Amino acid sequence: MVGLLRSPTVQQIAWALSGLSILMFLWWIFGNYIAQNPATASFATFGLIPTLEAFPLLIHEGKIQTAVVASSIRLGGGLGIAIAIGVPVGIMVGRSKRFRELSNSPFQLLRMVSPLAWTPLAVFVFTAWDSSIIFLIAMASVWPVIFSTAAGLSKVDPAWFKVARNLGATSMHMVTRIIIPAITFDVLSGIRLALGVAWIVLVPAEYLGVTSGLGYAIEDARETLSYNHLTAMVVTIGIIGYTLDTTLVMLIKRYSWHKGSDEG
Amino acid sequence: MSIRGTKIEIQELTHRYTPKSPVTFNSITLESPPGEALVIIGRSGCGKSTLLHILAGVLQPTEGKVLLDGHQIEKPSPRWVMMFQAPHLFPWMTVAENVGVGLTFGHWSKKEIVERVTEVINLVELQEFVDNNVQDLSGGQQQRVALARSLVMEPELLLLDEPFSALDAFTRASLQHDVRSIARRLGFNIVIVTHDIDEAVIMADRAVIMAGSPGNIVHELDVALPDPRDRHDPEVQKFRGLLMGAFQEAANV
Repeated sequence: MVGLLRSPTVQQIAWALSGLSILMFLWWIFGNYIAQNPATASFATFGLIPTLEAFPLLIHEGKIQTAVVASSIRLGGGLGIAIAIGVPVGIMVGRSKRFRELSNSPFQLLRMVSPLAWTPLAVFVFTAWDSSIIFLIAMASVWPVIFSTAAGLSKVDPAWFKVARNLGATSMHMVTRIIIPAITFDVLSGIRLALGVAWIVLVPAEYLGVTSGLGYAIEDARETLSYNHLTAMVVTIGIIGYTLDTTLVMLIKRYSWHKGSDEG
Repeated sequence: MSIRGTKIEIQELTHRYTPKSPVTFNSITLESPPGEALVIIGRSGCGKSTLLHILAGVLQPTEGKVLLDGHQIEKPSPRWVMMFQAPHLFPWMTVAENVGVGLTFGHWSKKEIVERVTEVINLVELQEFVDNNVQDLSGGQQQRVALARSLVMEPELLLLDEPFSALDAFTRASLQHDVRSIARRLGFNIVIVTHDIDEAVIMADRAVIMAGSPGNIVHELDVALPDPRDRHDPEVQKFRGLLMGAFQEAANV
């Protein structure tokens, strides 16, 4: 039993649970404070207990599931496009000095534009709101994928290609056996950053026009003054984001070959 | 393993990197019989590494050609494999995966790959590290993995470009001995480029000294010594003296 308590994994979980408990405790104090203050009592349902009480109802009505599915489709679409474009472009940036010099200024310029600044253009170009949101997510998340992939390529030892060619590798072998394994760690790190950005863009993007998704559910809860529903959706966003990030951290650890690297 | 040696014919080989750059070496002609350990020594800049890269098919000569058993070398091939100064192992792979990587580029069944990799790993005495990541190994062990990765291809010719210069003295001596004894046992040719006279005497059947700019072969010495060679043996010391004398003389060319 003592040995189990000393295990690094158990200790890691214990620290994580302790941190979450402190967060929930502070939330509970905050909820009590606004409930007991006559000036803010009407917002008492923002508190921890009303929020936890809202979950069974929202799950029973299928509101959380519907919102999560709608948001996941948009997030997956946008992130998928960002990866499909970002990885090959990142490889080109990393491999070709000429392309890197050519693309650096426009990429840096575009990267600095707030993703939501593209909203009017997205609405103008795409007829469906869903497509607009996917475009915004892709625009936001493509840059970390490009730059991380390019950074990964720059760490590839040119001698690996010489050795592989010497052992009879074809161009396809170079890509599948050398480049991809060598940069997987960096690509996944880029996807992790992209996921964070995409997740941040998703919610405000869903405030606009659409009638589904987590952002819409928050906006709907605000308009109907169902503050406990609002906070339940915020908590849902946090849980899903945390779960996706943890999954990517595990994948990064799985594919990391850099000795001593410890992402997360 | 079914390795065999090859007859190397270097014919009137001239090289310059670009049409405007100076000639690296000029009209070199050299032959090496099957199974010979040929060491090329010379100062930096005499073109010995360039010559080795042409033998590997990585570089093309400006004039002349290299033949292996009558077939011209024009590009890299698993038949003639080069080992570099650094092992350049693939750090995301285990020892076994690194050793077998060249076979996965060819048409080998999984069973054949496992058999050949196991055999070669035993040959370089790395059995206990077979599933280790290569980053967990010492420099000498990593160079052994690189040697195994070359040997698994069953090359007729193993080209070594100062392969042990980054290692400590003990590891270097051990690997020099092992590479020579494996090459003699299996019968393939080795061509080693080095500027280490001791290494030349320990490893060579014949030593060739390159010097000048453009580089050329200025001296050849048959190193007729029995195996195993001990660097403290008076006979080895005698050859070392001969080679050092020739090297110093060549350096003043």
